[in-house]
Amino acid sequence: MTAARFMRAGLVLLLLAMVLRPVWFTPLLAPFAPAGGPVLYERSPLWSLTLGHLGLVLVASLAATIVAVGLAIFVTRPAGAAFLPLSRTVTNIGQTFPPVAVLALAVPALGFGSGPTLVALFLYGLLPIFDNAVTGLRTLPPVTIEAARGIGMSPRQRLISVELPLALPVILTGVRLSVVIALGTATIGSTVAARTLGEVIIAGLLTNNTAFVLQGGIITGLIAVLIYDAMILLQNRLARTRDA
Amino acid sequence: MRGVSPPGLLFLILGAALLAAPFMTLAANRIVAGQPFTIWALALWPATAGLAVGLLLGLSRNAWPRLAGGLVGLGCLLWLLSFGAGALLADARQYARTSPALGFWGMLAIFALLIADALTQLRPGPALRGALLAAAVAGLAGVLWSGWLADLSIAQEYASRARPFWTACLRHLQLALGSLAVAVIIAFPLGILCHRQPGLRRLTLPLLSFLQTIPSLAMFGIMIPVLSWVAMTVPGAREAGIAGIGFAPAFVALVLYSLLPVVGNTVAALDAVPPATAEAARGMGLSNAQRLWQVELPLGLPVLLAGVRIVMVQNIGLAVIAGLIGGGGFGSFVFQGLNQTATDLILLGALPTVAMALIAAIVMDILVDIARPIPESAR
Repeated sequence: MTAARFMRAGLVLLLLAMVLRPVWFTPLLAPFAPAGGPVLYERSPLWSLTLGHLGLVLVASLAATIVAVGLAIFVTRPAGAAFLPLSRTVTNIGQTFPPVAVLALAVPALGFGSGPTLVALFLYGLLPIFDNAVTGLRTLPPVTIEAARGIGMSPRQRLISVELPLALPVILTGVRLSVVIALGTATIGSTVAARTLGEVIIAGLLTNNTAFVLQGGIITGLIAVLIYDAMILLQNRLARTRDA
Repeated sequence: MRGVSPPGLLFLILGAALLAAPFMTLAANRIVAGQPFTIWALALWPATAGLAVGLLLGLSRNAWPRLAGGLVGLGCLLWLLSFGAGALLADARQYARTSPALGFWGMLAIFALLIADALTQLRPGPALRGALLAAAVAGLAGVLWSGWLADLSIAQEYASRARPFWTACLRHLQLALGSLAVAVIIAFPLGILCHRQPGLRRLTLPLLSFLQTIPSLAMFGIMIPVLSWVAMTVPGAREAGIAGIGFAPAFVALVLYSLLPVVGNTVAALDAVPPATAEAARGMGLSNAQRLWQVELPLGLPVLLAGVRIVMVQNIGLAVIAGLIGGGGFGSFVFQGLNQTATDLILLGALPTVAMALIAAIVMDILVDIARPIPESAR
């Protein structure tokens, strides 16, 4: 347990250092730079690209969570039950669409920049959250629902204080999947001129500068791994408080 | 309202709204933005009426009329597209390009969903689904082959790079399926070991899931210095075509991404074998290897294949990124198109990728169904 904690703290410090003090890493990256070429990416500060990257993912994932959970609640109520089979078909087909293809297809419709990336992240992010939220809301123990009804809870009360809390772990798994995909797709978003950390990697690929590729690749990799880890910790903590 | 399917009503409203959207565009060349034309401007009334009939049939609660509605609508859409492309280009200058627009794509999505929804309700068995898929692919190939849509901009984009297109297609398949094969060879024994040794499992599965979270572009990028190091130090590696950029780093990155689903599902498949069955097999005097091959694997086959399905769909999508590091495949069209802001070149890369992923998903779903010892319908 403590070893994991030490490693986590170490990785956070490494990430902060790479983003805020890139100069420290010059000696490590220099062997990978082309002779006489720049070692560190300096066209825009890394912290601003990091913030842009995280902001894009945060906004898209938040919006996707709200809309997807709302839709999942709708199709699991009697009023929306007629849409359940169709919504399943849509999510099944939608999830076979490659995220990169969704991003590429958003460009003809919306042009270049952060806009199409945001829309692609949002649309693609809906699917795993909706899928998991529907599963979570439909696989609740019937006895519990019956008991909630028995003590005289209205449908709305049942939803808010029984069904959603019980489905929360499954919904959070969907959110985690969606955030991981969004972090990866946002990186590719820089090919359509969104300001994300992918810019550093792309610049490295275009100028054959492996130092850039490593700098951008390690930062995005660290961010993804740490966020994934944090979300698992959050889920475990929720599970523990519930069992206690 | 009792006899009306609510999703059908939604489709009808959306479809009616799309009639006002631009159906096609006409542009002076392949780069500039086009001038929009609605469906009314094409004035092909029988086909437009056919779209209305398709949407109205979609209102039925019965699956068969909905299926028919979807097919009628799809046919009329193609008719409109083919006719419209010819009509718009007839009085345009040289280099003019015509493309489908929001109205077409929206309607296409509606009718495709109508068909998919009706088929989900009809629950055809695996053999029939295979036949339907073959018919759909043959139909699509027939339409593309016939030159019916040859006036469209994307078809002209294809015509000027027919040979690179098929090279890219082959390369895309090599990347996606080759890495899958290598991953299965590594991950399948690893999964069996993880099933038998809980200690190994506690180490392997979290490690592989962290690997899975690394953004694809970062993973492909990090592979470049790793593989150029391999090419420089391992004797014979360079002669074997291994280099820092191109096919090799893309292939290795895809293999790494494929490990988790295969290992995870192998472990899950073996875990799911009922303890009583395993006990009975042991009681009959089967050796470890016999139990694995004759009992555990046949029972776990659907779960194993589900893992392969995840990887196949995922790899077909991720192989697009190879286009950025010179690895070829459909991604090279996508990123060239993005660089030149040539929409149809983007589509020439993205649409076949989507089609390939969909076909792979349907084929694997059929295989998973066949592998199931007790058909789901009989449970």
